[in-house]
Amino acid sequence: MYKALADAIRDAERDEKSLAQVALEAEARDQGRPIQDIRAALKRALDVMRGAIEKGLTGDLYSASGLVGGDAAKLRQNPNGPLAQTAFRDILTRALAVQEVNAAMGVIVAAPTAGGAGVLPAILTGLAKAKSVDDERVVDGLATAGLIGAVVAERASLSGAEGGCQAETGAAAGMAAGAATEMLGGTPSQVGHAVALTMQGTLGLVCDPLGGLVELPCVFRNATGSAIALAGIEMALSGITFAIPVDEVIDVMGEIGREMDVRYRETAGGGLAATPTGRRLAKERLYQIKRADG
Amino acid sequence: MVSLLDIIGPVMVGPSSSHTAGACRLGLLARGLIGGTPQSGLLQLHGSFARTGEGHGTDKALVGGLLGFRPDDERLRDALQIAEREGLDYKFEKTTIADAAHPNTVRISIELNGNKATMLGSSLGAGRILVQEIDGYPVEVTGNLHTIVLVAEDRKGSIARITGILANHDINIATLRLTRKERGGDAFMVIECDEEPDRKAGEELRALDWVRWTRRLDKVSGG
Repeated sequence: MYKALADAIRDAERDEKSLAQVALEAEARDQGRPIQDIRAALKRALDVMRGAIEKGLTGDLYSASGLVGGDAAKLRQNPNGPLAQTAFRDILTRALAVQEVNAAMGVIVAAPTAGGAGVLPAILTGLAKAKSVDDERVVDGLATAGLIGAVVAERASLSGAEGGCQAETGAAAGMAAGAATEMLGGTPSQVGHAVALTMQGTLGLVCDPLGGLVELPCVFRNATGSAIALAGIEMALSGITFAIPVDEVIDVMGEIGREMDVRYRETAGGGLAATPTGRRLAKERLYQIKRADG
Repeated sequence: MVSLLDIIGPVMVGPSSSHTAGACRLGLLARGLIGGTPQSGLLQLHGSFARTGEGHGTDKALVGGLLGFRPDDERLRDALQIAEREGLDYKFEKTTIADAAHPNTVRISIELNGNKATMLGSSLGAGRILVQEIDGYPVEVTGNLHTIVLVAEDRKGSIARITGILANHDINIATLRLTRKERGGDAFMVIECDEEPDRKAGEELRALDWVRWTRRLDKVSGG
């Protein structure tokens, strides 16, 4: 797989291919598998993503601790929000839905991780619906997202324990923004700018879940991460460019992650987890889980 | 090498790829050591597994793995109740395995009809796992490939004999590691295979009178 997005963008532009096509060809070479097989696996992932959204929207799901749940439905049902009837609100709702399913031990696709699993499905399926994009192109989007994620894994990190939330929901937002930009007709170079414009907005984001659980703020970070991705998509598709090349933005995310104090890397030792209320809630809720499992 | 399908995947029951999907795979691998659902199991949790495991469903995922559920099986959520129905008597303990041990580590001790096994393994993140010890022998098993573990008397020509049997069954060896506790003591072999070893190959290995013990471990991750 590519180790720099600049290389993939160069190859795609030279051969007049999409980044999705370039990524699928690289994967087929690396793994010795036909492209058709890889597409079929991505289509299965898309089906699971849609299933999770559906379940999160209709279900009455709560996590074991009770810290999160039921909020996707609130967002969906509120008739008076300023963003009612917009794709934007639909996407926020989808992101919460997937994460509520995840927190309630439902089936999701870790993309790139379980903690950031809401952003990519929300953006791709939400925009596909709003813009009537067919499944083949959504599957292409997943391939482009996979390429971006692979480059982030190679150059920085996809783990909150290693790089903070910028490496989980931040990376997920970058992947989703790049994928959607291509899905909606953007050029390979616009994809690069979409990723850079999105990830510059999540740099420095810490991983500070209450009690160390993938619940709070993780569920909401998937919604706000989606909002940042939408900003990146809108700007890139309008022809806005980001002066720092995308691979350098990814590199600096890795550098910030390595410098980040361990308290801000999934240990529940800092950030929201270490606020007086964060500590109290974590203690109460963990006790509750223990009693429930009895 | 990073694969697209590692990034867009795995499909799994939430909430955490390390605390849930990885834990499930550790349980699945342990189950493979005794070839079925154990009647009893002691699960000693270390580090973050002990501290945040309950909230992440690590307990359910480990027990679900012992029951043979894969990381995407929704029955994981109810694994503790299913274990009771299926007669798996499990017990959890919080412990410190070693100060330097990976934060997500568990020691699993299980038994089925007098057949016992102990395994020490860690969940490394993104669903990846590493088994470091089986029955006290140091190993490195990732579950990305079908694996055979084998304890044999330390004698000349044993590797040739074993690899010969595998070749006869059309099994290609990906990696092979050999360790022993002392000269002339038991030799411990970990053989990773590209193909799933059939039952017959396992029987032939077991039939060698200098092979004390052998087990197949399932491939529990990878495409």
